Amino acid sequence: MSVLVIAEHDNSSIKPSTLPTITAARALDSDVHVLVAGAGSDEAASAAGKIHGISKVLHCDDAAYEHGLAENMGQLIAKIAPDYSHILAPASFFGKNILPRAAALVDVQQISDVSAIEGADTFVRPIYAGNGFETVQISDTPKMLTIRTTGFDPVKSEGGSAPVENIDSADDTGLTEFVSRELTKSERPELTAADIIISGGRGLASGENFEKLIEPIADKLSAAIGASRAAVDAGYVPNDYQVGQTGKIVAPNLYIAVGISGAIQHLAGMKDSKVIVAINKDEEAPIFQISDYGLVGDLFEILPELDKALSA
Amino acid sequence: MKIIVPVKRVIDAYVTVRVKADQTGVETANVKMSMNPFCEIAVEEAIRLKEAGKADEVIAVTAGPAQCQETLRAAMAMGADRAILIQTDDELQPLAVAKLLKAVVDKENPEIVMLGKQAIDGDHNQTGQMLSALLGWGVAAFASKIECGDDNVTVTREIDGGLETLKLKLPAVITTDLRLNEPRYASLPNIMKAKKKQLDTMTPDELGVDIAPRFKTLKVTEPPERQAGIMVDSVSDLVEKLRNEAKVI
Repeated sequence: MSVLVIAEHDNSSIKPSTLPTITAARALDSDVHVLVAGAGSDEAASAAGKIHGISKVLHCDDAAYEHGLAENMGQLIAKIAPDYSHILAPASFFGKNILPRAAALVDVQQISDVSAIEGADTFVRPIYAGNGFETVQISDTPKMLTIRTTGFDPVKSEGGSAPVENIDSADDTGLTEFVSRELTKSERPELTAADIIISGGRGLASGENFEKLIEPIADKLSAAIGASRAAVDAGYVPNDYQVGQTGKIVAPNLYIAVGISGAIQHLAGMKDSKVIVAINKDEEAPIFQISDYGLVGDLFEILPELDKALSA
Repeated sequence: MKIIVPVKRVIDAYVTVRVKADQTGVETANVKMSMNPFCEIAVEEAIRLKEAGKADEVIAVTAGPAQCQETLRAAMAMGADRAILIQTDDELQPLAVAKLLKAVVDKENPEIVMLGKQAIDGDHNQTGQMLSALLGWGVAAFASKIECGDDNVTVTREIDGGLETLKLKLPAVITTDLRLNEPRYASLPNIMKAKKKQLDTMTPDELGVDIAPRFKTLKVTEPPERQAGIMVDSVSDLVEKLRNEAKVI
């Protein structure tokens, strides 16, 4: 049987979270299908067809799927579920929202946040904010998994030529009406796809300081900007900047933590980063225990200096 | 309007969790247990809706061993009116919990089920979405703002790139995210009052729900240890190391 990946997309392009999810699917079976459900989503479907390593795109274009609402997405996934041995979605807010709904409809216990695949029915996933990893074996069919995207390398988004097959929509549940979406506008790379991330914590003391001190460095490094929960709760930056157990899980090549003490919930979101730099005035801060390079000092002096050094 | 708030007893968020040496799970002996922080947010929001005159009754529900009564008492000390314990010593996985909650919802007929988006033990983030599917109700997961109308509820929810607002027909399921509110501390008089509030106990058998686990935990292991690196003395030293040693910039 084939494996199905639920694509995360915005009707015109495929989101980067879909690519590592396909890698995970290919570890299960070579026959991987990708579902693109949207409205006015021809562009997204043809982009999906170009992804390396998949054999078919299922395209369902209907107003019911325009905003990816859980009720209608769940209905559609449940409808095609019997054709598949495994159904995978990225463990982003998108995947976490829709896949459990589909799983319950087909009476399947989903496995969340899979970080490694040990066999067709055996998966590894973090628990307790990554303080433990459990290996679980699931008897249900299909196996429904959300994939921790930092655990798998992305497949190439180009080079494939999979056929696009149009499929019928499922019933529109009509339960929920989409009102609006307010996306944070940014020219910077997405947090979960960035090579370099610079994150600020409570130590930054204000939103203006993010702009004044963090942004110039992010610009020079083409980095994404993240934040600790404390900085988000204090209103320095928008919610979707949050890195951690309940925010975004990231694993860039370089993670620079500035004024972040390193609460376990924050570490849970970034400790798989390749190289970690910590800048903090408190030399006892837990962040230094997991960082490759630590610099103790006043961030208000260090950041302008760093900005200058990067220009050199 | 009636609101059901499912809550969960978990290892306290400030306890450092340790994996057992025999890899069968994590250490729970003599460890402080508390209400899951996301559940506290759900209880708080339900109580605020009651205080605002939108809701008449708030019922806290949990499933688990007898000790979970403490968690229900904590919810009632915050302001829930009564509580239901579905008592079992068996392992409960999210789908089973969703089925148990559905059975309670079928008896109680609430307009809203409000629950935390995830529990900080298993980190599954499934129960609310699953419950909504079993009930055939709308769902708004990861709520950061809730406005209740007469026959609908408008919810702003956290999504990958920002915020999204949905309008749901009632009845509906809402799962709560961190920024919805700041839960109150229960006052001593309210803690005393909560001891006298109604707490009903039932079993999965009485509710006719099969709670057999679907997955088996083969082992629980420690996360890979990350070694602390070196301290650098200056910005120029740091930049030099990042350029020439780590080669990441």
